[in-house]
Amino acid sequence: MSFMQNLVNGTDFDHESLNALQKVTLRAVVMSFLFFGLVAIEGMIMRLVVTGPVNPLPEMFSHPEHYFSIMTVHPIVGIFGSTYQLVFAAFMFLVPFLTKKPLYSVKLANAVWILITVGTALAWIAAFVWQYAPLYTLYWPLPADTQQFSVIGGIVFIVGVALIMVGTLGFIYNIYATIFARVGVHKDKTTKELLISGFGIDGFLNLINKLRGKPPYTKEPALALPVVAIFRGTVDTFLDAIVILSAGVLVLVYLVFDASGHALDVTAINSLLYKNYFWWGLDLVADGLVLIYVAGSWYLLATLITGQKLFMENVARAALMLELLVSWMVWSHHLLADQGQPEMMKLISGEMVTAFELLTQGLALFITLVTLWKARPLKMTMELKYLLGGLVGFGLAVPAAIIQADMGMNRVLHNTQWIIMAHVHIALIVGLYMTLYSALYVLWPIVTNNTKMFSKKLSNVHFWMYLIGGIGMGAFGGMAGLDGMLRRHLYVHGEFNTLMILAAICGTMVLVAWAVFLFNIVMSVGIKGLIGIFLPAKDPSASYGIEPEVIAENHQV
Amino acid sequence: MTFQNSAELLSFHWVAYTIYAALIISVIAWFGYNLTRKDAKSVVRIPFYAYIAFLVAGGVGHHIFTYNAIPWVSQDIMRENITPDATYNFEIKDHKWIGLPKQIVVQCNQTIRFNVHSQDLVYGFGLFRQDGSLVMQMQVNPGSDVVNILNKNDILWTFRKNGVFDLTSTEYSGPAQYTEDGKDLMKVKNFVKVVGCQDGGAK
Repeated sequence: MSFMQNLVNGTDFDHESLNALQKVTLRAVVMSFLFFGLVAIEGMIMRLVVTGPVNPLPEMFSHPEHYFSIMTVHPIVGIFGSTYQLVFAAFMFLVPFLTKKPLYSVKLANAVWILITVGTALAWIAAFVWQYAPLYTLYWPLPADTQQFSVIGGIVFIVGVALIMVGTLGFIYNIYATIFARVGVHKDKTTKELLISGFGIDGFLNLINKLRGKPPYTKEPALALPVVAIFRGTVDTFLDAIVILSAGVLVLVYLVFDASGHALDVTAINSLLYKNYFWWGLDLVADGLVLIYVAGSWYLLATLITGQKLFMENVARAALMLELLVSWMVWSHHLLADQGQPEMMKLISGEMVTAFELLTQGLALFITLVTLWKARPLKMTMELKYLLGGLVGFGLAVPAAIIQADMGMNRVLHNTQWIIMAHVHIALIVGLYMTLYSALYVLWPIVTNNTKMFSKKLSNVHFWMYLIGGIGMGAFGGMAGLDGMLRRHLYVHGEFNTLMILAAICGTMVLVAWAVFLFNIVMSVGIKGLIGIFLPAKDPSASYGIEPEVIAENHQV
Repeated sequence: MTFQNSAELLSFHWVAYTIYAALIISVIAWFGYNLTRKDAKSVVRIPFYAYIAFLVAGGVGHHIFTYNAIPWVSQDIMRENITPDATYNFEIKDHKWIGLPKQIVVQCNQTIRFNVHSQDLVYGFGLFRQDGSLVMQMQVNPGSDVVNILNKNDILWTFRKNGVFDLTSTEYSGPAQYTEDGKDLMKVKNFVKVVGCQDGGAK
């Protein structure tokens, strides 16, 4: 097949054969990867600016208004536009797939990706057009500072974020409505049974009974373990959405009053109390949602790849329940540099409970590795490679954060590049995305009806460039943090030149890897197929019938 | 083992984390390689509960270690009961330091209290060595409360090495902190000068 034929028609992708669930999943995936490209370009612009005078970009990118506008939307586009979309797409497909029940509403699933896409675009426009730049942290009263920022820009930004959160609530409703639907295998289950299973309580009770020499509480839990992780992580997603929405409403009220000529007193809101509230919610994304969703994804991938039961499944279920307590109580590690924060909260929430994340994530790592090990020999498929890459990512990123969540270390690391690069970027780019790429390769044949991937070589090029680039960028950025480079500061004189050039080279590798991946996908589905994904499905089915066991057969040597 | 200043701590941290990073990457790479081999055998058998104990010990032990090895931790917690050698109070408004002395000269091993108040936005207070590395920092939150707890932005610091340190805000407070060509308007060069330490300090 010629290059042009491949580009137009793909390998053997037939969008007309896809049902409604497959199509809505792929729509969100497409949007997610487009936003990933945008966020990678934004990231590269910022990386290049801080290389100093050697920076080849036009001067305007180094202007503080422009630079911090990009820094403001970079996490919005990355976390919500790309990551949320990809995770939500995967889970709205996986929950019906794993529970063998139809998705509650395909219409709602469509609304979710549209709302998040429009919301992300609005937030981006607010920064691009009006240079609204309070950063994602929205530290009070900066987002309501109309001396520095345009009121219109602020309103557009907040409306954008609100749309993203409304879309998020739509996802949450769809997931829970699907899980609690009493059809198929759950026809005879009660809400109580599903709740007990969803929170991992059955796994905990099984462990207790085992210790007491009693028969297990349940031999067949109502929900599969990955669904428990989705159920559990979605609790944090809900709380986080409520916190961000309410913070948005607060900012919006101040901006609207300001626009009407009756500015409200910003000192009515205490900055530190606001920080506590906001970080409690925001931290649920990082320490609740990501870690739990990721743990669940690892368990799912390990069982799908090996075709075997998860090692120590009851412990894994109980750990998800423990994470419920941990993720709600760790936010103070963001406030260790705030001297007004009570010392006991720093000590208990900021240090001790946070340290338990080492335990919960370490446990997930251990269980995943042992499950894989027990099933060896395995083929080194793309999904297995990416899964191992994801494990490396979190193996690096979680301890990097635990180290900083300490009153001594925080004094010299807070707000430096250490936390944003060695922790956040490695956790997201390497840990989370490698896990998601693994899921993508596992689900690809199911979601696309066995479409042949255009090139395995390109998949490998993507893997290695992405892995080396992601770790390298995080490592060099982290080193700059140790050298004193701040994370929310403008450096235009090449102060940390050498490390920033190295980080920029690695960042370029991530960007090129994304382009290679996108090319491979476009060549697989073709431009016609890509457009076809967005056309209505002929088959309105909201479920997919392939048994998970089929996937495992592809990995046996 | 005690770290005399933050530069020593950062160097130690750099080495320790680099070793850890190399180790975890190698272990997963080795693991991945052996996953594909039929005859691969476990080199070590890691008992589950020993692994959990290791994680708990690592998480908690890290804080115990830093509490004992980093002098500013206990000083920070107990700062209400410590009388400093000198106290400096100043304010920030509109991205400008108010009431700031041109330079503070500190004798070796003196403990200084910096008490900073913001009249508008969230800022930071950070001292930097001439090579750009961070000596210490804290957040500076604006506002006040009836019991005078939440608006505290004070830090005690004992200077144990000679040096000249620059000051700037370590928290983003909007683009107005910078000129159009990127100059940091809150940066105060040579704000703190530490003198009198024998052989440069750390004694």
